[in-house]
Amino acid sequence: MIPLSYYVAVATILFVIGLAGVLIRRNFIIVFMSVEIMLNAANINLIAFASYFNSLDGQITAIFVIAIAAGEAAIGLAIIIVVFRRKIATNVDQLNLLKW
Amino acid sequence: MITLFFAYLALVSIVSAVLTIALRNPVHCGLALLTLLLHVAGFFVLLNSEFLAMVQVIVYAGAILVLYLFVLMLLNLKTEERVFHQRTAVITFATVGISGLFVLMIMSSEFPSISGSVTPEVIDFVGHTKAVGITIFNDFLLQFEIIAVFLLGAIIGAIVLAKTPLAREDDSSDKS
Repeated sequence: MIPLSYYVAVATILFVIGLAGVLIRRNFIIVFMSVEIMLNAANINLIAFASYFNSLDGQITAIFVIAIAAGEAAIGLAIIIVVFRRKIATNVDQLNLLKW
Repeated sequence: MITLFFAYLALVSIVSAVLTIALRNPVHCGLALLTLLLHVAGFFVLLNSEFLAMVQVIVYAGAILVLYLFVLMLLNLKTEERVFHQRTAVITFATVGISGLFVLMIMSSEFPSISGSVTPEVIDFVGHTKAVGITIFNDFLLQFEIIAVFLLGAIIGAIVLAKTPLAREDDSSDKS
C-alpha cells in the first residue's frame, strides 16, 4: 500500500506545473490546458483522500469537478473563438480591454 | 507491483505535464495533455475508483480534449517565435522551489487516519458504479441538480458567445 502522502506529493507537483503554465505561456489555449492540469491535480487529491478514508464523498466531488471543467472549457473556448475572430488579440498579454 | 505502477504513472504524468506547458506547437501540447489525462485515469484505477477512471477517459480525454483540438484546428494557430513571457526563468525557478518546499512539507506531515463505512470490500460487493450512483442520488441530489442547471447555462452561453459576431457581420453586409 502506497502512503497517502505520495499521492498528495504528485498532485502538488502537477498543480504547481499547471500554475507555472498559466503564468509563463502566452497562447490562450495552452493557458486553458494548464488550468485543466490544475483541476486534474485537485481530482487526484480528492480521490486519494476519499479512497484512504473509506468514503465516497470525495469521489462524488471529483465527478462535479469534471462537470465544471467541461462547462469551463466550453465557455472559455467560445470566448477565445470570439477574441480571435474579431482580431482583438492573438496572445494573452495583448488582451487588455478590461484594464483601466 | 503496485509501487511499480505508481512510480510509472507518477513519472509519466509529471513529464507529460511539463511537456504540455513547454512544447512550442499547440497540437503537440494537446497530445501531451492527452497522455497526462490517461495516466491520471490510471491513478484513479490504483485508488479503487474504476467509475471515475472511466468518466475521466470518456469526458476528459474523449470530449474536452477533442473540443480543445477542434478549436486549435479551427483557429489555425501558428507556432510563434516567442511562446513564453519575458520572466520565464524567474517563474520556472520559483516553481521548482515552491513545489520542492511543498513536497518536503507533505512528506514530513502525518495525515489523520479517519475510517468511513465504505471500505473496498463493500465497494467490491455492491459494485463501484452502483455505490457512486446511490450516493449521488441520495446525499448529493441538490448538488447534482445545480450541476445540471450549470451545464445548461454553459451550453447556452457557449452558443450565444460563438454566434453573435457572425450575425452582426450578416447585418452589416445586408445594409451595404
